[in-house]
Amino acid sequence: MISILQIILRLTLWLLVAPLLPGIINKVKAWVAGRQGPPVLQLYYDLARLWKKSVVLSTLASPAFIAGPAVAWVAVVGAAMLVPLGPAGGGLSFKGDVLLLVYLLAVARFCTAWAALETGSAFEGMGAAREVSYAVLTEAALITAILALSVQTGTVVLDSMLSLSSGPGAVLLAAGLFAVLLAENCRVPFDDPNTHLELTMIHEVMVLDHSGPPLAAVLHGASVKLLLFAVLLCEAVLPLGRLTPFAATAALVASVAVVTVSVGLVESLLARFAFRRVPLLLTTAFLLCLFALLLAWKGGAP
Amino acid sequence: MNQTLNLLVGVAMGLNLLALGSSRLPSVIRTMAVQGVVLGVLPLVIEQDFDWLVALVALVTVAVKGFVIPTMLRRAMRSANIEREVEPFIGFVPSLLLGAVGTIAAVAVAGALPLLPEHTGTLLVPGALASVFTGFVLMVGRVKAISQVCGYLILENGIYLFGLLLIHSTPLLVESGILLDLTVGVFVIGIIVDRIQRAFDSLDTRKLTVLRE
Repeated sequence: MISILQIILRLTLWLLVAPLLPGIINKVKAWVAGRQGPPVLQLYYDLARLWKKSVVLSTLASPAFIAGPAVAWVAVVGAAMLVPLGPAGGGLSFKGDVLLLVYLLAVARFCTAWAALETGSAFEGMGAAREVSYAVLTEAALITAILALSVQTGTVVLDSMLSLSSGPGAVLLAAGLFAVLLAENCRVPFDDPNTHLELTMIHEVMVLDHSGPPLAAVLHGASVKLLLFAVLLCEAVLPLGRLTPFAATAALVASVAVVTVSVGLVESLLARFAFRRVPLLLTTAFLLCLFALLLAWKGGAP
Repeated sequence: MNQTLNLLVGVAMGLNLLALGSSRLPSVIRTMAVQGVVLGVLPLVIEQDFDWLVALVALVTVAVKGFVIPTMLRRAMRSANIEREVEPFIGFVPSLLLGAVGTIAAVAVAGALPLLPEHTGTLLVPGALASVFTGFVLMVGRVKAISQVCGYLILENGIYLFGLLLIHSTPLLVESGILLDLTVGVFVIGIIVDRIQRAFDSLDTRKLTVLRE
């Protein structure tokens, strides 16, 4: 009974906190540019508005066009439930849950790309192609980072993998995972979430034909994914397991806020890279994680 | 102690990658400078008890590698009006992969070397070999003279890292001599770069193979 209540509480926390992050990022961007910017809670208003709207369907689209965003949302939220929250631990912790996390994220991506292809629009096919071709490199980096953590701690359970720091490779892992965070969430310098030119968009162009509740699911899923990667990055680098529960919670919240603000700063200070330079950056991120793995392997346990 | 040491060497290895992957000269120079500072701090970490001599070596290394040499290179760049793009012979992704293979090989080779017991748990030797290899790739794989100088300096960082193994038996004179050589070398290269620019209107080393009147 207690565990069900705990899971519901955790789910509510993830669902309610996630849309805050894009709001903070937009506020930071507005602040750097000297504007007032949209309110921090803007995404909540948007989601509420979208939920009331009706859905416009293409005559070409099969039911997968609606099912895609729904399945992707469920997969991302399921992945979020696996991630431990500091001292509270994981909601559903079991041996090998880290593999499930990676696969749930992959399922979410597959469903988004599938729904994009269902529209039959050339632009959306292009966006889907870009999304999955970048994913080849980001997934490799993410899996290498997880391997490094696993070698460092000697377990395959997220809960115990993330409670200690990642040892000598911590700095490399932080840099690599931050690049993965930016690429996975389609942020500058990999993609520009604000652009309105279909030729240069990636994630935004895939969801161009969605409307109403499915679009709300896509937007909310994207914010949950951003929060998920931010939490993962902070827990992978900081030794939260060594702090008292209260200090660990405070450190987690503060570091997630720092990551969010730095995403906003990166977005204000950098321009989006040309497409041919993106693989170079992603390869660098992958190799940084690979070096962290090497260091974890050779540098010994803390 | 080993934990901090490994962390710093790990950062230096990551900076090797950034130097291989960056496409602008100023960022290569900055990467090299940061690496110099990171490695300059290392003697203080290795030494358990504070020693004036070691502190002096660390201070001078940080000052020369982190500030003096980068400033000279930037000045040479500005006075010779060099474009900021790095032109590679070996593309960025291939050189990154080469650097990664080199680092993995360095870690593997270091495991087979007969080291002193106090050095076996550290990453000093793999880090040194990896930096030397990265320096080689940068020197061979880049067209412009300035980026080759950066490659040379990263190679020297690797040798310096190797020298830290012998920190107790190397006299201060040798360390300071190496630093002086390096400074003079970069100083001379700064002048040469200017001359090459005037004589050939470019710093492309491929053009230096043609004889002229």
